[in-house]
Amino acid sequence: MALNRRSFLKAAGLTTLAGLGGHAAMELLAPGALEAAQPAQVGAYPEALTAKRWAMLIDTEKFTSAELYQKCIDACHKTHNVPTIPGKQEVKWLWTERYAGTFPEQQHALVPEKVKHQPFLLLCNHCDDPPCVRVCPTKATFKRADGIVMMDMHRCIGCRYCMAGCPYGARSFNFRDPRPFVENIDEHYPTRMKGVVEKCTFCEDRLAKGQLPACVEVSEGALIFGDLADEDSEVRRILRERYSLRRKPSLGTNPSVFYLI
Amino acid sequence: MYDGNKIIPGLVIFLGLITFPFWYNIGSAAYEKPQLKLPEIEKECVEPKDWIRAEHMQLLDDWRDLAVRDNTRLYVNQAGKSFDMSLSKTCMSSRCHANKAEFCDRCHDALAVSPYCWDCHVEPPIVEE
Ligand code: HEC
Ligand code: HEC
Repeated sequence: MALNRRSFLKAAGLTTLAGLGGHAAMELLAPGALEAAQPAQVGAYPEALTAKRWAMLIDTEKFTSAELYQKCIDACHKTHNVPTIPGKQEVKWLWTERYAGTFPEQQHALVPEKVKHQPFLLLCNHCDDPPCVRVCPTKATFKRADGIVMMDMHRCIGCRYCMAGCPYGARSFNFRDPRPFVENIDEHYPTRMKGVVEKCTFCEDRLAKGQLPACVEVSEGALIFGDLADEDSEVRRILRERYSLRRKPSLGTNPSVFYLI
Repeated sequence: MYDGNKIIPGLVIFLGLITFPFWYNIGSAAYEKPQLKLPEIEKECVEPKDWIRAEHMQLLDDWRDLAVRDNTRLYVNQAGKSFDMSLSKTCMSSRCHANKAEFCDRCHDALAVSPYCWDCHVEPPIVEE
């Protein structure tokens, strides 16, 4: 029962033919079923809001009440199904911090009492040179052409390098399944799962459909959102007129979030 | 034949092992085509039925990259109809496959596929009729 070279090649050829024949048979029985039904077209919504570099101004003078802070935070966390977990496993996109934690480089003994105890609204700074993006091994976090530092949950492997890289504490890790901690899950936005990192995305999903970020919408004018690259934009006009601070400027990350003082 | 008394039982055992899946399944129910519940409102899918059946996983994969990574969220099919490239807002909307259990799951369960999308994407709540 010797299988010589010749019969081996014959058998191999026949098997290949059978394989190709399978495809041909499929074509005969169900024409076109294996081919793509494309070409479909894809694009952006015509009403999408666009910019060269999105930025947010936080008017600290208009944030006079704790309710307004809470209103912005609630709007953000509700639209994105951000869980409310007490303690160290907290997940947050938008939160408040006192002066000392917000502007550690600006501290001195004579800061007015009022400022010292005033809460400041914190979120991802959408840095121009984001350290989180540099350290992410899977490109799950990346910077878009319009300056938004985006999270692709589908690629996040939960290594938390980005959390170590972010100097602003803007990123939260899901130590556990967040679902039980979300009241009234909004089915239009995915939750996250155990083992991924999340943060503010400047509501890119809303911008894509022509809506301003959820926090800006409810902020009664205390949050201003616009294009930093456009000299005639409202944000640029306000920045020309008023004094502003950014968090930890010495790190050179060049944040897109400005605090109007 | 040399050593026939070893080779032949060896071959028998070998054949027995290699055909194990066939006789193991004897008597168990044959594969039944899952009965899917089609949407009541929307009659046309994003793409033709045959194509979507074979390619929906690829389409969803493309959609998520386009939406999340390329900020491109509008899909216009060959017929010129446009759709939001969204798993929850389009595929699973109340007009279409809100009944995940009797559509996606039935087929996936029959074929032992378990997409992990639902760890995050919210399964629409079942509406009582
Ligand atoms: C007619 C059967 C059928 C139906 C109905 C069906 N699927 Fe699938 N689906 C499959 C098969 C088969 C695969 C696996 C393909 C493979 O492994 O290559 C699959 C794979 C997938 C995958 C990729 C899984 C992975 O791990 O890569 C996703 C996502 C998916 N289906 C989503 C859906 C959704 C959402 C629905 C309902 C709206 C649905 N499918 C309905 C047959 C079906
Ligand atoms: C770790 C959580 C997570 C998992 C797992 C996940 N997604 Fe997503 N997905 C998201 C988030 C968050 C978004 C962003 C939603 C947005 O920007 O509108 C998203 C967006 C999408 C989008 C585009 C926008 C939309 O509204 O649907 C598609 C399509 C998508 N995912 C498909 C999938 C598929 C298919 C799977 C499973 C194979 C999957 N996703 C698994 C979290 C997840």
